Amino acid sequence: MWMLELPPFTLFFIGGLIAAMTRGKLRGAIMVAIPVISAIHLWTVPEGIHLQLAFLDYELVPYRADKLSLMFGYVFHIAAFISIIYSLHVKDTVQQVATMLYAGSALGAVFAGDLLTLFIFWELLAFTSVFLIWARRTTRAYHAGMRYLIIQVLSGVILLVGALFYAAETGSLAFSHIGLEGVAGWLIFIAFGIKCAFPFAHNWLTDAYPEATPTGTVILSAFTTKVAVYALARAYPGTELLIYIGAAMTCFPIFFAVIENDLRRVLAYSLINQVGFMVVGIGIGTALAINGAVAHAFNDVIFKGLLFMSMGAVLHMTGRINGSDLGGLYKTMPKTTILCIIGAASISAFPLFSGFVSKSMVMSAALETGHDWVWLMLLFASAGVFHHAGIKIPYFAFFAHDSGLRASDPPSNMLFAMFIAASLCIAIGIYPAALYSLLPYDTGYNPYDATHVLAQTQLLFFSALAFVWLNLRGMYPPELRSTNLDVDWIYRRAIPTALHKLTAVVWKADGRLRQTIKGKLSQCQSIIANKHKGLGGLLSGSYPSGNMVLWVAVILASYLFIGFLG
Amino acid sequence: MDSNQKQNKQYLFDNPKNVNRILYLLYACCTLLVVLDFVIHRHVYHSWENLPLFYPIYGFVGCVILVLIARWMRTFLMRPEDYYDNFYDDHHDSSVDHHCDNNSENILENAANEHTHKGASEQAKNNKIGDHNVDA
Repeated sequence: MWMLELPPFTLFFIGGLIAAMTRGKLRGAIMVAIPVISAIHLWTVPEGIHLQLAFLDYELVPYRADKLSLMFGYVFHIAAFISIIYSLHVKDTVQQVATMLYAGSALGAVFAGDLLTLFIFWELLAFTSVFLIWARRTTRAYHAGMRYLIIQVLSGVILLVGALFYAAETGSLAFSHIGLEGVAGWLIFIAFGIKCAFPFAHNWLTDAYPEATPTGTVILSAFTTKVAVYALARAYPGTELLIYIGAAMTCFPIFFAVIENDLRRVLAYSLINQVGFMVVGIGIGTALAINGAVAHAFNDVIFKGLLFMSMGAVLHMTGRINGSDLGGLYKTMPKTTILCIIGAASISAFPLFSGFVSKSMVMSAALETGHDWVWLMLLFASAGVFHHAGIKIPYFAFFAHDSGLRASDPPSNMLFAMFIAASLCIAIGIYPAALYSLLPYDTGYNPYDATHVLAQTQLLFFSALAFVWLNLRGMYPPELRSTNLDVDWIYRRAIPTALHKLTAVVWKADGRLRQTIKGKLSQCQSIIANKHKGLGGLLSGSYPSGNMVLWVAVILASYLFIGFLG
Repeated sequence: MDSNQKQNKQYLFDNPKNVNRILYLLYACCTLLVVLDFVIHRHVYHSWENLPLFYPIYGFVGCVILVLIARWMRTFLMRPEDYYDNFYDDHHDSSVDHHCDNNSENILENAANEHTHKGASEQAKNNKIGDHNVDA
């Protein structure tokens, strides 16, 4: 195969260059063709190391394919293909180029076989994706993008330092199992954790994603966090700590999601919740759990993309995205409504939809390994995700009170992209064997036994009943125009305010210090002046004529002396 | 006339009867699931699952608690929509007095403030904008 040695990212980078130079339909055609060609090529790639080079004393492996990386490679191609179709109507070179380069960077990262290559793509992910946020061209988006970039680059820098420590400790840069031993292990863990939206480091996601363009958010939601999940699955499988971090990630965002007004921010919180399930799976580390984590990442890219696409369509057509402004859109956007409900059913893990076949693997693995409390948390999170993503999103956007908005369904390219994603959600849900055959391990797992299906259906229907009951009782929190404080308050408000106060204090002290020194200096000056201002003194204004006569005498005496010498 | 007709058009859920139908369907499904709980023989992995109606009760109670806690969280987390936007405005007055003796600093500060004021009004204008068609 002539392209075998060509890593998948190269085609996307070339595509980015072409997208920068072309316009209109030609650009659209090329951009759609690239993920298709690249995916066909990737399908033929066997497992193994395909590219290797020496750098200083280290061996770099920019292209390594195994079952784990191929799985992410496939889904990234699907995501790129769908989101490129979804954004075909956009006439903005910045966004098109950023899309290609961003997707390419994600592919580069998952096929990286060493930490240095991983670092390069890790940083490229940040630098290429931030343009999708800035492309919104609002002040708010600009600032959110800046915060996003700073945090992402910080993660990359920590990764680089960790990689250097790792090289010093082990003498190799190979990107394989690392584990939490030594400084290097922890540093790399933190770097991955920031990108994976661990609790307290999660705010870049909920801050920046909802500020991106309608199409940009769809693209953003697919790659960055999934690359981090891949990296954790590669380097830290079976790390006990991850189970608890993941369980926390599944639970805390759902509270924020229930009270959030911006529906794309609700989805951003639910993205963290879904990533939590994957992190738990990686932490458990058994074959079933890793399979579950990877399969859930695969499905999540598609159904979360579908939900972001449906909300992007609403934003694109109505110019509004706050739950308090929307409602009743099912009347004029019926197709979007149905597609959104399919996405909602998938993320809620209804039987016959894609979320069910992957989430249940993680839950079963948690039970099998005796993590009872974690299992209860996951169960609570499953009910919660149905509540905020499964019901709240479609309900407040398309039903609820009639907002009076009468926007029509979005352009056909957007609908088509959503249709592809929805079909995949249902296809994977009905025939999970196809997905399972791609997974790293063969576990012979079957999600459709009566116990599972009944339990999950009961859980979901009674969550829906709870929603109805709370709504009828008027206890459901209404959608209000508001900002909810989260961890970002610390660096957006607390630290700036503290710095502001600190500088004020410093300025004040500085002013006082200057005043005092100035006073002392002028005091010294006047003392010195007083001392020397007497007649004939050093600083005196007038000199007596006797002084002059004396100096003239001195000069004449010198002349006389010189004359004698001559 | 045409648009008038469109506005007066009755949609599916404009009729409260249809909403009730959906609700009754939901209640019927829930009842059916409760019955099935006693009919279907299940493979239990954990002793908690043996409790009658474990999943339905857990789902219902879990969601109610979720919403109640979230409502309570609003009491201390909720701020106005433009909470983060007017940071510089809040601090403008207090900060100016402190560096009166430093002219260049003051000019810089004023410039920064002007910039954010402009930014805020710009924001109000384009807050709603989604896509931009920038290319010619």
